[in-house]
Amino acid sequence: MGLLLFGVAKDIAGRSMITLPDGITTVGDLKTWLLATYPGLQQLNSLMIAVNREYAADNQLVAANDEIAVIPPVSGG
Amino acid sequence: MDVLLKIESDITIQEALDFIHSPACGGEVVFTGKVRNDTKGRGVTKLFYESYREMALSEMQKIADDVARQWDIKKIAMLHAVGDKYPGDIAVVVAVSSVHRGIAFDACEYAIDTLKARVPIWKKEFFEDGTII
Repeated sequence: MGLLLFGVAKDIAGRSMITLPDGITTVGDLKTWLLATYPGLQQLNSLMIAVNREYAADNQLVAANDEIAVIPPVSGG
Repeated sequence: MDVLLKIESDITIQEALDFIHSPACGGEVVFTGKVRNDTKGRGVTKLFYESYREMALSEMQKIADDVARQWDIKKIAMLHAVGDKYPGDIAVVVAVSSVHRGIAFDACEYAIDTLKARVPIWKKEFFEDGTII
């Protein structure tokens, strides 16, 4: 399962794409894994996950063929 | 309601204006967001904008849908720049047209406020002292 990273999340992880380990089945699992693997992400005011280009709640399931992305606080405009 | 959405390296106010013109509309409101030369007293040399393009366009379409539900707006254009942008450059343009001006102001304000809160676009600030945030 792949994960896209943008903005400061990409800078903290040092890459724009990560292959996720097995065992992550929900958005909540993914956030827990991310914060443990990249502790720098804990400093962000928010950490949203998008699944198939939609903001996703922690209880949403994720599957191998989903497009999953880390959305750090947005700062457009 | 007609909708123009764009995320490109170069955007212009004129293309937004050209899109929203309509003989049925007496009110046109345009918001332009430009790159400032300072942030909280620190000199800014440039900004770099990146987007999660497909999702950003999808979120901009949702904002347009929300606008269409709330107000009788005839046309809306939402344009956002990406890449390196320098003080004075245009970062974002939101333009709406309607029969009368009142709802055009309301819809334009809603659209830019919601864009800034939800659309996955990020800026990196480059300061005169060499720091990057």
